[in-house]
Order: sequence, then C-alpha cells, then structure tokens
Amino acid sequence: MNADKFDMGNIDIAWCPGCGNFSILDVLKDSLAELEISPEQLVMVSGIGQAAKIPHYLKANFFNGLHGRALSPATAIKVSSPSLTVIAESGDGDMYGEGGNHFIHTIRRNPNITNIVHDNMVYGLTKGQASPTSRPGFKTGVQINGVVLEPFNPLAVAIGLDAGFAARTSITDKELTKDIIKQAVRHNGYALVDLLQPCPSFNKVNNYKWFKENTYRLEDTHDPSERDRAFSLACKTDKLALGVFYKSQKPSFEENISAGPEPLHEKRLDTDKLESLIKSFAS
Amino acid sequence: MNALRSENSGVSIVLCGQAGQGIQTVEKLLTSILKASGWNVFATKEYMSRIRGGTNSTLIRVGSKPVRGFINRIDVLAALDKSAGGHLAKRISPETVIMGEKEVLSGFGDTGSFFEAGFSQAAKDLGGKVYANTVAVGALLRLLGIPAEEVKEPLERFFGGKSDEIIEKNQQALQKGFEMAEKPAEDFGAGLKLSGEPDVQGRMLVNGAQAVGLGALAGGCNFISSYPMSPSTAVLAFLAQNGGGLGLIAEQAEDEIAAVNMAVGAWYAGARAMITTSGGGFALMSEGVSLAGMMESPLVMHLAQRPGPATGLPTRTEQGDLELALYSGHGEFPRIILAPGTLSEAFSLAKKAFDTADKYQVPVIILTDQYFMDSYYNTETFSLEGLKKSSYITKTDKDYLRYKLTENGISPRGVPGFGEGLVCQDSDEHDQQGRITEDLELRVKMNDKRLKKLEAAKAETVQPSLVGAEDYENIIVCWGSNYNIVKEAIELSGRSDTAMLHFSQVYPVPEKAIEKLKRAKKTAVLENNATGQFAKLLKLQLDFEPDEKILKYNGMPFAADALSEKINEMF
Ligand SMILES: Cc1ncc(C[n+]2csc(CCOP(=O)(O)OP(=O)(O)O)c2C)c(N)n1
Ligand code: SF4
Repeated sequence: MNADKFDMGNIDIAWCPGCGNFSILDVLKDSLAELEISPEQLVMVSGIGQAAKIPHYLKANFFNGLHGRALSPATAIKVSSPSLTVIAESGDGDMYGEGGNHFIHTIRRNPNITNIVHDNMVYGLTKGQASPTSRPGFKTGVQINGVVLEPFNPLAVAIGLDAGFAARTSITDKELTKDIIKQAVRHNGYALVDLLQPCPSFNKVNNYKWFKENTYRLEDTHDPSERDRAFSLACKTDKLALGVFYKSQKPSFEENISAGPEPLHEKRLDTDKLESLIKSFAS
Repeated sequence: MNALRSENSGVSIVLCGQAGQGIQTVEKLLTSILKASGWNVFATKEYMSRIRGGTNSTLIRVGSKPVRGFINRIDVLAALDKSAGGHLAKRISPETVIMGEKEVLSGFGDTGSFFEAGFSQAAKDLGGKVYANTVAVGALLRLLGIPAEEVKEPLERFFGGKSDEIIEKNQQALQKGFEMAEKPAEDFGAGLKLSGEPDVQGRMLVNGAQAVGLGALAGGCNFISSYPMSPSTAVLAFLAQNGGGLGLIAEQAEDEIAAVNMAVGAWYAGARAMITTSGGGFALMSEGVSLAGMMESPLVMHLAQRPGPATGLPTRTEQGDLELALYSGHGEFPRIILAPGTLSEAFSLAKKAFDTADKYQVPVIILTDQYFMDSYYNTETFSLEGLKKSSYITKTDKDYLRYKLTENGISPRGVPGFGEGLVCQDSDEHDQQGRITEDLELRVKMNDKRLKKLEAAKAETVQPSLVGAEDYENIIVCWGSNYNIVKEAIELSGRSDTAMLHFSQVYPVPEKAIEKLKRAKKTAVLENNATGQFAKLLKLQLDFEPDEKILKYNGMPFAADALSEKINEMF
C-alpha cells in the first residue's frame, strides 16, 4: 500500500517550521501503509496539544477528544468495534500529565491499542512550560529556577505494571521508529511507544543534537521477555536506550471480557431474553 | 390499633437496628412473602454511611390498595437494637406496637405498646442464631393477621434451592414467631381487615435502580462505564450482573473522567453507552458533558442525587443537583433532563433516553436520588410491546460529512468502519467534515446548528402529569421521586380542590404546563432541596412564580402523612 493513501492533500498545518512532528507524521503514514491498514479501518484518537493535532493531518477516522483523555475513548472504541485499528497518539503532557491516571490504568486494562506519545519534554501548545518528562534544571517561564521535580519515567512505569509492549524510540532515528511503530500496532494488547521528539520552539536544551548524542539503540541481543533487565535499562536515564524494552503475551481487554468480534452497532437486542429477565422480577 | 386497619394507607412496619443485624433479610423475606400472598408492598430504607453498627431503618408498607411512598407513621416497629428508640422517637406514637428482645425494649421510653419477644432464644432452640430473623418475620405476619397456611408456600419459594432441612427449620421458625405473637396480636387487636389482591402476585417487585437498569437495557444499552459512588452504584452492578447475556459490556473505570470519556468513545464507535454516578462523580464528568455537546455525541447519564456539597451525606437523599445537571459543562449546547416519578416511568424514560440521545445527538441526563434508588414496590410488569430497535446510524459514503449543516441541525451520524466514509469527531470547533477550524463565521454556523437541535428535540418533550382533582384550585408542583409521596399526601388530606402537577422532564421545561399552572388559584412548588432549584427554572423558562415553596433538605424524603397536614394548613 502507498503512504499517499493517508495524505490530506494541501492543508494548513499548525506545527512550527522545522518541528519533529512533521517527520513523525511521515513515518506514521509509511508504517501504516506497510502494515496495509486502510484509512476506513483506522481510528486515530488524541487529546489536546500540538502532537494531538496529528489526526487532522492524516486521512483516517478520528476522535480528537479532550486534554489527557485519549486513552479512555480509544479503549471504548476498540472494545465496541474490535476489528478497527485504534491508535491513541498525543504529547507527553497529555498522556503522562493530565492523563496520568488513565495511562496507568490503561496499561492494567490492556486493550489492543497502540499508544504513541510524542515526548518533547515540554508543553508545546501552551508555549513552553515543563512537562512531566522535562529534565531537572530545565528553565521555563513558570519553572523560573529550573525544574526540580523528578521526571516521570514512562518506560519504568509501564514495565513495572507489566505492560504488554513497552518501547522507546526517537524521531532522530526514523528507521527504528518505523520498525517500532509497526511492531507496536501488530502487538495484541496495549503497546506504548514513547517517541522522543525535539521541539525547536520551546525546548532549546533537548534538541536534535542532544537526542542524537544522548540516545543509543538497544543491542540486538536484548531479550524483551526479560522484565528485570528491561526495568533496569528503563531506569537508566543518563543516556536513553531506544528499542523494544519489554514484551509480554497476555490476553487483551477485549479477549478478557469476551466482547466478541462483532461491532456493538450490529448486534440486535435479544428481546426474548430481556423479556424473561423482566419476568424474573414478577415471580 | 386503628392504624393497623387503615383502609387507605395499610400497615406501616419499621425494622430498625444496626447494619449487619439482618434487617435486609427480614425486609426481603417479609416483602416477598407478602407480595406472594397478594398484598401490595412498598419498602424503603435510610442508612448511615458505614458497613457495621450505626442505626438504620427500613420502612415496609402493606396494603390491599397500592402503597408507594414514604410516611412517618409507624404501626409496628421491630427493634433489633436499643438505639432504635432514640433514632425513631419522633415517629413513635402510643399506638405503635414495638416488638423486640427484652433488653432492646429497655432503650425505649413509655411511648408505645410493647411486645417483648425472645427471638434469639427461639432461634437457639431451633439450632442456630440464623433463624432469629425468620422468627421475627413470623411474629410480624401474625400481627398483620395473615394466616400461617398462606405463607408456607411463599416461604418455601423464598428459600428455593436450599436444602430440605433449611427449609423445614425456617418453616418451624416462622411457626414459632406466629405462636409468639398470638397473645400480643389479640391484646393489641392487630390484624389487617383487608384482603389481598391475587393479581398483585403476578406483578413485578423492583426498586428504582433495577427499573432504571431494565429501562436502559430496553433502550438498547450495551455499554456502561462507571466509577462506584452511592447511591448510583446499584445501576452499574445491576447491568454488570444482568446485561452480560444481552451482550452488554460493563467496565468499572479508574475514575469518573475515564468513565464518561469512555462512554463518548463507545457511542462514537456505535455502542449505546451510559454512565451512572452521583453528584460528586457528575462534577468530575462535566468535561465529558461538554465534549458530548461539541462532538454532538449521544450520551446517557444517570445521576442519582444525594446531599452535597462535596461528599455531603453519602447515603441520604436530596434533589440538590438539578442545577449541576443543567449547567454542567462549559459552553452553550443542548441537553435534556428527565426525572422519573414512578418505577414504570423510570423504565420507560431510561429506555426513551437512549432513543432521544441517539436521534438528536445530545446528552440526556436521568435524574433520580437515593430515595428513588432504594425504594421498591409492586408495579405493573414492564412491557416491551412496540419495542423496535431504532437505529439512527447511517452507512457512510465517500463524501460523508459528520457535521453536515442541515435544516434542523441534525447531521446523519456514521460510525467508523461502516461504509466508505471517514468519521471525524472533534472537541475543537470544526468544519462540516469534523476538522479543526478557526473560521469565525463557520463557528457561528456550527454553534447555531448545535443549539437548533434542542428545538427539534422539543417534539419529544415529556408532558407533566396532572394527578388529582380536575377542577382544582390549588396545585402542588413537584418533580422526580416525589410523585407518589405528593399523590398520597393529597389523598390523605381529603382535599378535592388540590391537584399535583408532576414533571418527569425538567429541562427543557414543557412549555404547555403554564396553562395548567395559570388555572390554579394557589400554587406551591415542592422539592427536596434548600433553594427551590426547579422553581427557579420555572421562573426562567415559563416566567412562573409559585405562591409557596415546600422545601426539605435534611437528607430524608418527604413523608406523605406529614405533608397531608401541611397541605391542609397551607391551602
Ligand atoms: C483541561 C485542559 N487543561 C489545559 C489545557 C491547555 N493545554 C492544551 S495543550 C496542553 C499541553 C500539551 O502538552 P503536550 O501534551 O506535551 O503536547 P505538545 O503541545 O507539546 O505536543 C495544555 C496544558 C486544555 N486544553 N485542557
Ligand atoms: S511547539 Fe514544538 S512540538 Fe509543537 S509544533 Fe512547535 S516545535 Fe513542534
């Protein structure tokens, strides 16, 4: 399949010139095309932020909801219509800050969705405040003396919660990013892709060069079924490893609740069964 | 013992004791036996926010005519704990027959007619404490004058599935209770003169939560996501327990925010989704109400009210969240608020909520309260007649526009994966396709489109019911759970010049109601809140102002008997 299938044509894109979001969009389209997913069968779900605008720039069904809330509707969409491919994609503020509680519990729930987080370590759309993943010392108009909070560690949290699939990549390594997105979409169950992304407008510290210098690919020998090893790698933050840290095979949310493959809108109410339920209150 | 023979209001029995003492078992056993022998029954409870101890009570009413609301009067009090005396002091009269163990009765003053009963000893003699509750039920049945033979079969049915030995022991326990109450029954001249109605037996015995749950299922509900909060949890539990066979998905979300966002997501994918919550949870869901408004997503929300602000009185009742339901969510968009008055209305309106939400793509809120959730009585079996699965989902074509501008504001709603088109829903202002726009002219068009849908939805307005005198002089306006209480209060007052106007749709207020209100010489609005929230809405929407407001907000429902006196004072 050709990536053009997802093209929106000549549209006005609200991202800043030179932003990493453009490359993410391109890689995403390529990945989807290589996976042979049709726009009609794909639902992009996002929250609010610069990253969260991605569904608008790619041809597919979408649910562009509220700040921090991408994962809840994404879960419900998947379980209500299981044959759809559902991708929840937003920024680090959206997924880990406002949506932190949903992040934790979606991992526990394990719906078969892919969660791509544009991790630029800053709030873009609100013009440059610290995000949960901002590094200590990062100065902003709000954190005037630099960030003092411990950064949120999405990989460690996900692996700690025994996530089905936990990976980190960086848009400075497009090949790896494409490979990881494809693996994540194919994975049965919740799949986290923490996608490092430079924000040239508001994060002057963690720029392209910084990401190139401070990341490295996991060795080919890394075994993603080894949870302890994956966790200790996730805890290392001096240099950031890229790759699939951890994978575990377990039934998805839909399988656990036996929702069946049929979408809910096609199911007919069994009035005989309902009738007998009603009658059971009359005896 | 005149009260025990009251033609109109039957007999009122109160069980009072600590949580965990078995009040619920007695309540269940007694009501099911009574209903099975053809009596109309009603039960409601008030309880503390704790699992063990405290003082809780359940009111059970029995009558040959339908009994359906809360009253203060107690004819028979089964006291399981000393604290019952203090807890119910205001409701005990010299005519109240108070039965209980010796040391429990010591907790009462002089008021009341006492009947000392050794339930635990009798139970022990039978081989276990567990039978004490059945002994008490036997004594109560004897006081009501119901023959022992009549209840043998219903008791067996109640314990159906248990071993023969357990059934036999319970029969003996019941018999023991009958014997124990033999003399007191004669002394107090107890006994119902009225006879049961055989056709009661075939009717349903359900509570508010079950009625809402069954209505939701009939409305095609196949998805519920919620976070537990009293008194709304019963609907979540009911659907989780009974919906599975009908293909319903029930999920306990991590919080109310997730719950409502899931529900909107589920509708987007073609489910018929609802949430159930109470005020505190609804407050958190405000963003989801607003989201549904902007996305033009159908959404069904059940809000079971309890007193606030904040955590308030967690297990008590109030109608204090009308304004929360009305104004929750930022921005301007239409919504519909329904407030069933009876159990059969809870069924029919919950069903209707799904249809209305789906058709107009708006949030529909069903407002009930703790009193309504926890009350039950026998009622006509809910009918599925004429039920057709009305689907408003369109198969999309290539050029599908989710927010197509139409005459009445309603755009055909597609779902992803059904048809060739793409379904794009956005929380930002959007164009017809669903894509973000900052075109300010389009913004106005879209806003108008959304608001227009409320006009269209008015075609479905649920008109208020006028109950009582046709040529009334006085009207009592009420809404939601007060239907049966006000109806009975007017009957008890004996006033043929007074009627009730009950609203089951509180927003938008049915406009035609003004004609009925204007015909009255004197009007009162009755609500379970402190500020008269519905009265304010009547002023806003109909420019109507009542002569009086009857407001109660101590956590308890109105009592029909006390209210009937109030009516006679007021009019
Ligand atoms: C409830 C709510 N709170 C705050 C905002 C304002 N807001 C919009 S985007 C955003 C942060 C986005 O940061 P991130 O997810 O990192 O995305 P980025 O813009 O960096 O891609 C905030 C706080 C909002 N829209 N809604
Ligand atoms: S604010 Fe940053 S992340 Fe957002 S579009 Fe601009 S450069 Fe990209």
